[in-house]
Amino acid sequence: MAAKIAFAETEVGTELPPQSFAATRATLVRYAGASGDFNPIHWNERFAREVGLENVIAHGMFTMAEAARVVTDWVGDPAAVVDYGVQFSRQVIVPDDDQGARIDVTAQVAAVVDEAARTVRVDLTAMSDGQKVLGRARAVVALA
Amino acid sequence: MAVDESFVGRCYPPVRSYEVGREKIRDFAQAIGDPNPVYTDPEAARALGHPDVIAPPTFVFSITFRAAGIVLEDPKLGLDYSRVVHRSQKFTYSRPVRVGDVLEVTSTIESVKSLRGNELLEIRGDVYDTAGELVVTTLCALVARRDEES
Repeated sequence: MAAKIAFAETEVGTELPPQSFAATRATLVRYAGASGDFNPIHWNERFAREVGLENVIAHGMFTMAEAARVVTDWVGDPAAVVDYGVQFSRQVIVPDDDQGARIDVTAQVAAVVDEAARTVRVDLTAMSDGQKVLGRARAVVALA
Repeated sequence: MAVDESFVGRCYPPVRSYEVGREKIRDFAQAIGDPNPVYTDPEAARALGHPDVIAPPTFVFSITFRAAGIVLEDPKLGLDYSRVVHRSQKFTYSRPVRVGDVLEVTSTIESVKSLRGNELLEIRGDVYDTAGELVVTTLCALVARRDEES
């Protein structure tokens, strides 16, 4: 494990570089294939509406994977993430157009977890269409 | 039909192992649009101190969720899978998942409760390697939404 961010140079309030992620229908089909989650609510509009959804929605795990990139890109080594959890508080609606949905992720260091282990807690915010789509999105990261 | 609360603590041993493939990691990294070379380039992975490429943090969900199928499909539990949505997900890592890992998952029903007609179910997945070392523990919370017609 080789984090490129030093614990000594990090403090509560340190902001991670924000990122935006696009999810089109093609993105979801690809994610379905790679993850093995072929639930039709993620690719079949007719089915999604039948089960009461407004439209096709992104896999919650896709949003969770994208949000993680803000942390792993910052810390350098993804293995520095020792704990990562989210609530799927709202669906990411993915319209059938070229833009799809946009997920904007911001994050900041919220707390020191263990000084000896040089771990900090990073709190993430993921927004899509003006709404928070993840709740209690938190990663514990071991720094250098 | 209500989920049977006496199922809390019930443990489902591994059914079959999962071998983590190099191209499967690459496919997953591409699907999430992540160009980090630690997922695809052994040299880049070694530069970070790993023996070979590792998998993105959420990759293991596919494995634990497949393993959880045995819980979800247990007819005695009484869960209507067609009404299930993913409520929350957590991973606690002992080490990253690596290419070549042969992993086995033990699934445990962590909690079962009813909330305003919705059934909440938490399933823990303990993922072990062939040496019997714990690699990651996952906690997956699902909700079976209330059946409006009943």
